[in-house]
Amino acid sequence: MEYFLQQFINGLTLGSVYALIAIGYTMVYGIIGMINFAHGELYMIGAFVAVITLVGLSGGGVLGAPLAIFAAFLCAVAVTAAYGYVAERLAYRPLRNSSRIAPLISAIGVSVLLQNYVRLAQGPRAKPLPPLIHGQYTLMERADGFTVTLSNIQIAIFVVAAVLMIGLTLLIHKTPLGRAQRACEQDIKMAALLGIPVGRIISLTFVLGAALAAVAGVMVALYYGVVDFFIGFLAGMKAFTAAVLGGIGSLPGAMLGGILLGLIEAFWSGYVGAEYKDVAAFLILILVLLVRPQGLLGRPVADKI
Amino acid sequence: MKSSLDLKKLFGEAVLAALIALVLFVHLLGMPMAEKDGALVVAPEWRRLSLAVGAVFIGRILIGLFGLFRLPQPKPPNLASDQKLYNGIMLGLLMALCLLPFTPFSSRYVLDTLTLIFTYMVLACGLNIVVGMTGLLDLGFVAFYAIGAYTFSLLAVKGGFSFWQALPFAMMLAALIAFVIGLIVLRLRGDYLAIVTLGFAEILRIFLLNWVSLTNGANGITGIPRPTFFTFGFDPASRVFYLYYLAIFFFTAVALLVMRLRRLPLGRAFEAVREDELAASAMGIPLARAKLAAYMLSACCGALAGAFFATRQGFVSPESFTFTESGLVLAIVVLAGMGHPLGLMLAAAFLVGLPEVFRELQDYRLIAFGAGMVLIMIWRPQGLFSRRPPAVTLKMET
Repeated sequence: MEYFLQQFINGLTLGSVYALIAIGYTMVYGIIGMINFAHGELYMIGAFVAVITLVGLSGGGVLGAPLAIFAAFLCAVAVTAAYGYVAERLAYRPLRNSSRIAPLISAIGVSVLLQNYVRLAQGPRAKPLPPLIHGQYTLMERADGFTVTLSNIQIAIFVVAAVLMIGLTLLIHKTPLGRAQRACEQDIKMAALLGIPVGRIISLTFVLGAALAAVAGVMVALYYGVVDFFIGFLAGMKAFTAAVLGGIGSLPGAMLGGILLGLIEAFWSGYVGAEYKDVAAFLILILVLLVRPQGLLGRPVADKI
Repeated sequence: MKSSLDLKKLFGEAVLAALIALVLFVHLLGMPMAEKDGALVVAPEWRRLSLAVGAVFIGRILIGLFGLFRLPQPKPPNLASDQKLYNGIMLGLLMALCLLPFTPFSSRYVLDTLTLIFTYMVLACGLNIVVGMTGLLDLGFVAFYAIGAYTFSLLAVKGGFSFWQALPFAMMLAALIAFVIGLIVLRLRGDYLAIVTLGFAEILRIFLLNWVSLTNGANGITGIPRPTFFTFGFDPASRVFYLYYLAIFFFTAVALLVMRLRRLPLGRAFEAVREDELAASAMGIPLARAKLAAYMLSACCGALAGAFFATRQGFVSPESFTFTESGLVLAIVVLAGMGHPLGLMLAAAFLVGLPEVFRELQDYRLIAFGAGMVLIMIWRPQGLFSRRPPAVTLKMET
């Protein structure tokens, strides 16, 4: 029971992060029907910018830890959003009217480019970050000394993820901006005819997705305390799996899928073995696509002829 | 006509581009992290940052003045005569390469590099069957490369098979696995298929890493026997020549297969599937069977290249079969324009050979790949060396 609870907490932490990244995939897919293969790299860039800021400010003793973390969030979100915007403008927008495959190949190119750009600029070695958020609560203790703990950083991840998800849901459902975004999602041509600035809405979608991925990156950097240039690939694949699991194109689906995938992965590594934990995610991806391609909360889409 | 107002606007846009570039680069490029006394510190490189931002500024102005994005579009393919010309060029190239070891330009290094390039050409030909001809994006091609390499290595090391004895088994196993996987995943739509094949390749790599009792995990398999000519072995000096000719032979065989395929009903079925699945299906082409055939054929080519890679290196490990490898082969196919094998030859020589010759470029190679893939998709989705005449043309009598 105690072990189960601990895995549950770990899974929720992981799942919150996946959910934040998955939102970027699902929003972009919902609006232009494209898999943004480079989305995982945005998460990596967010994590890197945060670590650079933290090392520069906190390591240099310029600011205390809370202010430095705040600055890291701001920098990471701003820079990563800029990457999302530029990638869409330069690599995806010119391909708006081509086949389904062309933007995907272009996105793979962006992914390879960003990964190796960071590798060259920052060096291939993993960057360790000393823990900045300390403290944890012991929830339960078993007779043999196994304790169930909930650390402050985990609480911070839950809270930030929850606030962002609620905020995003409100943004999409209650504001004129969100209405325009939903209109584009339903029918982009009709939205354009009705005077919605489609190009700007698409840009905004990429920027929002990138910003959420950056927040996920910052929190992972704080949680695990280490980043390297390759973390975006696996995280991106898993977040994409989460988006597909929840139903790609569906916002609550991405959140649900992310949490579920985090839980599955935590229990899989807890009870089956950590070596094959990445297999679990890929198997789920393949299974969902074959058995229920519309995911848990998505609408089935008929092929248009 | 450029008025002064235009220039003003252009200047403003260039400043904006430079500002965005500053935001993009300031952390990652301007403040690299370094380890100092065991702790991480930021060691600013403002010069590098200002150079990059300046380059963006000047680049934006140049694009505004000269219009970089207006590259000539490809002419409509000139049919049979072009095809003959490319066949001729390719034949000439291959013959010249066959004679190369007897010329003074030849050295062990040159032959080694060319052998490597030929391995990638075989891979690219294989992937081209799926991506170029059938229009299915396969991001997990490296899986079959790995299956070929590992099957041959295991058969050779644990079963005492020779290269030629093990090769058919490696190819058959790859085809069998492609059959099973294809049966499951090929019904998926294009972009989903791409991601699922990628997932499959990653699963395979994780198994290769963790199934230590069979694959020896991350340490890989060593002591793989070198190829023989029937039963005749080679000393290391002449082995280079043998491997070189073997690579040419494999490439020629696969290239011939691909060229023949386009004239066979099977190849035409592939192309019909690529052009329009629905129409192809309506014309009576069994979609599932055509896709499976393409997938299995390409798996065979991948396994062939994998086995050759293993016997050339004498060593395999999971590290050689990462997604980067799939990406590299895909980049070759994309650059080649998905058409004649000549395009594949040139693209492979360009992407594999150039960084091999200019070692300093090695680090920048992957960046160039990424940028290249984006640029090719934007400028000419048909590829740089696109020569894709129809397999059949209607001849009008006048």
